[in-house]
Amino acid sequence: MSDIAQRSDARLHLPTAQYIGAAAINGPLVMVSGVRGVAYGETVQIAGRDGRLRRGRVVEVGADRAVIEVWSGTSGLVAADTSVRFVGRPLEIAVAREMLGRVFSGSGEPLDGLPRPVAERLADVNGLPINPTARQYPRSLIVTGISVIDCMNTLIRGQKLPIFSGSGLPHNELAAQIVRQAHLLEGNEPFAIVFVALGIRHDDAEFFRRSLQESGALNRTAMFLNLASDAPMERIMAPRAGLTLAEHLAFEHDMHVLVIMTDMTNYGEALRELGSQRGEVPSRKGYPGYLYSDLASHYERTGIVRGRKGSITQVPILVMPNDDISHPIPDLTGYITEGQIVLGRELYGQAVYPPINVLPSLSRLMKDGVGEGYTRADHPALSNQLYAAYARVGDIRSLAAVVGEEELSDADRRYLAFGAAFERQFLNQGRDENRSLEQTLDLGWRVLSQLPRDELTRVSEQLLDAHYRPPAAAAGATTNEA
Amino acid sequence: MERAGDIIWINGPVMRARMATGLQMLEQVEVGEQHLVGEVIALQGDIATLQVYEETIGLRPGAPVYGLGMPLGVELGPGLMGGIYDGIQRPLEAIEARSGIYISGGIAAPALDRERRWPLEPALTVGQTLHGGETLGAIVETPLVTLRLPVPPDVDGEVTWAAPAGDYRVTDTVARVRTASGERELNLMQRWPVRQPRPSAGRLPPVTPLITGQRVIDTLFPIARGGTAAVPGGFGAGKTVLQQALARWCDADIIIYVGCGERGNEMADVLREFPHLSDPKTGRPLIERTILIANTSNMPVAAREASIYTGITLAEYYRDMGLHVALMADSTSRWAEALREISGRLEEMPAEEGFPAYLPSRLASFYERAGRVSTLSGQEGSVTLIGAVSPPSGDFSEPVTQHTQRFVRVFWALDKALASARHFPAVNWVDSYSGYVEEISPWWAEHVSDAWAAHRARIVDILQGEGRLQEIVRLVGPDTLPDAQRYLLFVARLIKDAFLQQSALDAVDAYSTPPKQAAMLALLANIYDRGLAIIARGAPVGRLQDEVTLWPQVRRLGSTVANQDTTAIAALQEQLYAQLAAIEEDYRHERHSATI
Repeated sequence: MSDIAQRSDARLHLPTAQYIGAAAINGPLVMVSGVRGVAYGETVQIAGRDGRLRRGRVVEVGADRAVIEVWSGTSGLVAADTSVRFVGRPLEIAVAREMLGRVFSGSGEPLDGLPRPVAERLADVNGLPINPTARQYPRSLIVTGISVIDCMNTLIRGQKLPIFSGSGLPHNELAAQIVRQAHLLEGNEPFAIVFVALGIRHDDAEFFRRSLQESGALNRTAMFLNLASDAPMERIMAPRAGLTLAEHLAFEHDMHVLVIMTDMTNYGEALRELGSQRGEVPSRKGYPGYLYSDLASHYERTGIVRGRKGSITQVPILVMPNDDISHPIPDLTGYITEGQIVLGRELYGQAVYPPINVLPSLSRLMKDGVGEGYTRADHPALSNQLYAAYARVGDIRSLAAVVGEEELSDADRRYLAFGAAFERQFLNQGRDENRSLEQTLDLGWRVLSQLPRDELTRVSEQLLDAHYRPPAAAAGATTNEA
Repeated sequence: MERAGDIIWINGPVMRARMATGLQMLEQVEVGEQHLVGEVIALQGDIATLQVYEETIGLRPGAPVYGLGMPLGVELGPGLMGGIYDGIQRPLEAIEARSGIYISGGIAAPALDRERRWPLEPALTVGQTLHGGETLGAIVETPLVTLRLPVPPDVDGEVTWAAPAGDYRVTDTVARVRTASGERELNLMQRWPVRQPRPSAGRLPPVTPLITGQRVIDTLFPIARGGTAAVPGGFGAGKTVLQQALARWCDADIIIYVGCGERGNEMADVLREFPHLSDPKTGRPLIERTILIANTSNMPVAAREASIYTGITLAEYYRDMGLHVALMADSTSRWAEALREISGRLEEMPAEEGFPAYLPSRLASFYERAGRVSTLSGQEGSVTLIGAVSPPSGDFSEPVTQHTQRFVRVFWALDKALASARHFPAVNWVDSYSGYVEEISPWWAEHVSDAWAAHRARIVDILQGEGRLQEIVRLVGPDTLPDAQRYLLFVARLIKDAFLQQSALDAVDAYSTPPKQAAMLALLANIYDRGLAIIARGAPVGRLQDEVTLWPQVRRLGSTVANQDTTAIAALQEQLYAQLAAIEEDYRHERHSATI
């Protein structure tokens, strides 16, 4: 047995049972016969002739037979010569505050050459569901400095707000900008970042590391890296490990933890790979029927609980295969998370950054975190009006494509002007541009003022009096009369 | 408790046990040292298949199985109002008190508080004959809810003793009845198996609308008390917001809200908000007439499957007291997925998209438990069922939506495009329907307005017409249409802005009374007819659009006119008539025949 196994055994004094020889090995699954007293879900250590230690868990257990799912690959194992050790406990990782600033593998082993951190406690990676009565409803706004998010899709502390992206779109840049700029409207509390890489490319992981380093956040970040070249099965483990640490930091150390997980599509595919090898009945697109429950078991580990000071906010990133939002992974994610930020290829093609496709984007927790007493009294109505007006821009653009812009009514042409201003001035901003909430809201009113006042039916007359300032050129008549 | 057998195989929430003594089909069991709650779902030879409602990690073959000798059931009695329970009716607040912020397995806590005393106003006299479903006595549980406790349906005999008025615990004996099978003691609570509908004397026709205060629902696609409705919509279409608005405003006596596989923060939102929201009729906190069942998406999947049965059984219990109950299930798709997940672990042959072949029959038996009934004691009670459906990628052709559609009479199709434009409630007026319009029209005629049905039909016509015309507009643009049709498009947009949209966040607009709805409906229908007549005389549509200055006021009617103030709507209509008449003056002598 390797050094690691002996050490953890010595620490835990666990009753362990060891068996030599597997009945069958099929992909990531190892079947063992003649076992006694094995628990469903318990951790297993497997060593082959090569002496390399692999970890796994029991996914099915009968009277004398257990099926084990192995995370770090079964290559090199010889059925007759495989030693299987049942640890007697569910899968646990050591968690500690000193894990911040460190880099780990998907299953929590150090990758940075430093020794393992001293465990403050061992925590079950599967976690337990938070009791809904213990939850505190999240209401504090996190200002990201990105206009379209702060005004129209606000991120709330304790929210899970994914970024739905497409291949080649700048989701990493956007996530990094959020990490760099995110702050609360007031107060300065301890925060930490947990970054979980799920089958992403090496250069993407490196981009995040550099970006965190440049912003000085690296020593407050714990990274769990499962790269594209690592074993897919370890991908099943990585979000569990990351979130277990996040829960420890948030609820034991009163920290505000932002969890970035990228890319959830790769996670879903690992789950599918495992499901098909287990011979499960597939549902949509071959994904297992429990995909929803499984994704929910990660996303729901977000929030604030009463009586604890910390919080967990999640920004999972997922690349929609073929930009298809109806693909099972974005689809099920959207049903679990509290909204989504959707990136669009068309805006990206027009060099708009961030290319956030506003209409399908949504923040469900926004309604209770903005407005009087939170941000500014005009915020909710302004956001609603921007949405309604921009939706109309879409209709008018498709009409203009048929009849030509000249045939449009005056009001319709002003909608087009508004659409352009919205995309160029409001949506578009620099990758390092950090706009204050005041700037963002005022800018919103400025682009909205391109429209005739009568069209703005989602805002009250009082708000219009206070904020509606038509540009001189578009409303010459009005100005003259005044 | 008897040890019935040993576990021999475990796969997630599904396990098999070798029986020592006979377990019954659907019997409730407890598994392992922790006494995890489960249910028998299949029997073959001496092997019983169980589904377990709690996390099974750590369970080993050889663990004991105990049979409870009765099916999975719920506790019915005083003390449920305002509570929050998981899918198998465990009180989540009591669990929090015991195990902290996380829900750990094997915590037994009774749904009804055994220590609390309730002031009973007895209704029995010694010597009277007592039948099942008759009232044992009354308890004011909350200021909003007075329970008339029904005796269990199988009781039949003569009352030999009845407790005097006083304070009793749920387990205290309050009456004795001599029945054919011996003397029976009655207390304030009873148990009922969740998968078995509670009996009633018979069904009554659904002729009274369930008023929700949501204009697009009450007026265009109404639901009757005792009716069934489905709310399908992709994510972000506003299902949960609509369900919560209905829970808040509908005029049922009791609301049961089942959060089935949904978000934890949403349940936290309901728990935070409902104590502060007041009932539109009485001004009391809504939580006093609400029961929440919360089995969030990360809680055990088998309990999610049970949660809608727990909800409907509670609903039937209150129905049997002569109350009107509305049950919101959000979302039935998550329930169906739980069914699929368990079916998959049982290695059953899948039908469509991996769902088991019994999905439609399970859905049917769930929705059939709704209804307006005459109770065993001869009162009228109802259970209205509103189920959210979350179709994958918003595609209504998937199995759960399709099968649900066969068993419900109201279909509120939520539309992602409307939601994106922040048109809420995002109920699509072309795809939605209600099968209750005919049956409840007399109610509107009697209580609100004779013209309701005619005006409603007019508005539906306009909206349908708009749908057809939009297709032409998409091809050739609006300018080529005749004026009458362009006016129809204009009024259709007005209807959408003024009537169909309703802001849940605006204090006035959030709830419209039937008289206000009828007045707004009348104004829109009348203005359309009036304008059309003027166009028929030769007036161009542009003049109607530009010279009538009151259109923005019409658009803001929802939030500017208070519910009591329907005369303001009539006054606005008069002003509009005056402005239209001014235009008409110019065309008084022209005689164009309009073509539509």
